[in-house]
Amino acid sequence: MKLAFRSSKDLWSGLIFLGVGLAAVGIGQDYGMGTANRMGPAYFPTVLGTLLAVIGLVIAARALLKGGEEVGMLSWRGMIAVLGAVVIFAALIQPAGLFVALPLLILVSALGSTLFKPVPAILLAIGMTIFSSLVFIKGLGVPLRNIGIWFGG
Amino acid sequence: MEILDNLALGMSTALSFTNLAYCLVGVLFGTLVGVLPGLGPVATIAMLLPATFGLPPVSALIMLSGIYYGAQYGGSTTAILVNLPGESSSVVTALDGYKMALKGQAGKALATAALASFFAGTVSTVILALFAPPLAALALKFGPAEYFSLMVMGLVASVVLAHGSLLKAIGMVLLGLLLGLVGTDVNSGIPRYTFDTPELADGINFVIVAMGVFGVGEIIRNLETESSRTLIASKVTGLWPNKEDFKRIAAPTIRGTLLGSALGILPGGGAMLASFAAYSLEKKVSRNAKEFGHGAIEGVAAPEAANNAGAQTSFIPMLTLGIPSNPVMALMIGALIIQGIQPGPAIMTEQPALFWGIIASMWIGNLFLVVLNLPLVGLWAKLITVPYQLLYPAILVFCSIGVFSLNNSIYDVYLMAGFGLVGYILLKLDCEPAPMLLGFIIGPMLEEYMRRALLLSRGDYSVFVTRPISGVMLFVAVAALVVVLLPSIRHKRDEAFQEE
Repeated sequence: MKLAFRSSKDLWSGLIFLGVGLAAVGIGQDYGMGTANRMGPAYFPTVLGTLLAVIGLVIAARALLKGGEEVGMLSWRGMIAVLGAVVIFAALIQPAGLFVALPLLILVSALGSTLFKPVPAILLAIGMTIFSSLVFIKGLGVPLRNIGIWFGG
Repeated sequence: MEILDNLALGMSTALSFTNLAYCLVGVLFGTLVGVLPGLGPVATIAMLLPATFGLPPVSALIMLSGIYYGAQYGGSTTAILVNLPGESSSVVTALDGYKMALKGQAGKALATAALASFFAGTVSTVILALFAPPLAALALKFGPAEYFSLMVMGLVASVVLAHGSLLKAIGMVLLGLLLGLVGTDVNSGIPRYTFDTPELADGINFVIVAMGVFGVGEIIRNLETESSRTLIASKVTGLWPNKEDFKRIAAPTIRGTLLGSALGILPGGGAMLASFAAYSLEKKVSRNAKEFGHGAIEGVAAPEAANNAGAQTSFIPMLTLGIPSNPVMALMIGALIIQGIQPGPAIMTEQPALFWGIIASMWIGNLFLVVLNLPLVGLWAKLITVPYQLLYPAILVFCSIGVFSLNNSIYDVYLMAGFGLVGYILLKLDCEPAPMLLGFIIGPMLEEYMRRALLLSRGDYSVFVTRPISGVMLFVAVAALVVVLLPSIRHKRDEAFQEE
């Protein structure tokens, strides 16, 4: 029998399920099993984790035997820009304030598109910053500052 | 008649000026979301949840449900005008609706979609009013064993009805159930899977998961297949369906409504499955079967009726049993819990104004949609041309500030980015996120009911089978799994989801 050692979608999903299932069972052992009568905190996660690991194993094994659709290209540009923008926003919103963090969120995330054009993105950043400051901070009272502590706000 | 009194109470609640206004806001927002591809009702409702904390519960729920069924209307508009379904539930509408638009019948297709949806909305409101009370009465007799089995049955149904690989869907449910356990165990006070992070001690808020996976993750996926949108049918001429057309759509609309209502009640069902099933059914029974795929008006009427009916009847298990049948309903349950209301069979007796007010508002909302959307179709058509590269950064702003405002916690924003990455990877691997979100919401409840049932039976597992209602539900769950795993049925199931 020929094994198809290609990185198919199914193989990866199976391995992820297997890994999470085993981890859940492993970490859960510290919590105390109890009995069926008085279930301890580890009881339910152990059952679920075992099931998940078994299912992951079956999916991965079938993928190895039968092959499957390949994963395809990851959208690195979109992924880095979008996640990076959110992380930058989270890091800067309190120290630097909304007027810095929000335009950065817009501009950095906008770079993720292959159709990025600077002028519309800058206009959007200005517009959304004014909108968010008025609606979220002033209107809805979300406890954020326009100008953060770094700039004496 | 009691039902008339109840509906009268609902109407008087829904017709108050404030609630009418929130209903209108909800359906307009819903249509907007439906029109804009790449932004779905799950992400939108998650974004707007924090804004509803200050509202009275009835108004909050009326607005949020308006978003859900409004999105069905909006989704069909884009499907017909640009062949880009705004919602997954209008994928099949695009098949014939767009062909009609190409033939210069865009107006007729839009009017058909709106009228079929309105008809379905009216009928399913009545179905909801008729079926919810007896179901709630039955549910009041449920003990922990019955609730456990009901949830298992619901999760199995969501797996069976999810498209794609069955095993992966089961895996996603289990993954969701496990994620739901993160946080302090209520019985022992032991923190589980928190990795000594104080922010995780109260568990992960489901809004973060929903926004991360359905908001951020979807955005990254959408960025893979960017293209500029062009409006083919730029001019929508007012071609009202004629007598002949009405004759052709009457039966498909009724069939679609009934099928959609039935499928909507099933856990894991809801709008999307309903529209697919209705389209397949029409293709089989219609006299004009040959026209399907080439602009058959029945191919617009049936799925549009079905998706709206399904969207509305999916409220039945949520309102009567407190169990979500799809991710949108899971968010509704979250909204109720935040308002201090525990969804379940007691809602109807303890909060009749809330219960019947929501039901009545759905009919009013459907009326709004027909009256407002046909004249506004030109405006919606313009919105379709908003370029995605300007839309998604704005969505990210709403997601980030929305998640922060849940608990005023920066940690939650990082967590959302994390779930965005997880969601994107799962989407890339063809793992459907919807069963995961259901599992996530149900996880803690499932554990609690299992614990209670086994405590009452002194650790005897047979309690789940020997109690008749519980046993039947577990049997149905097992039978459904077995049936779907049979090769011939499995083939049919794959076929049903492959309508292109």
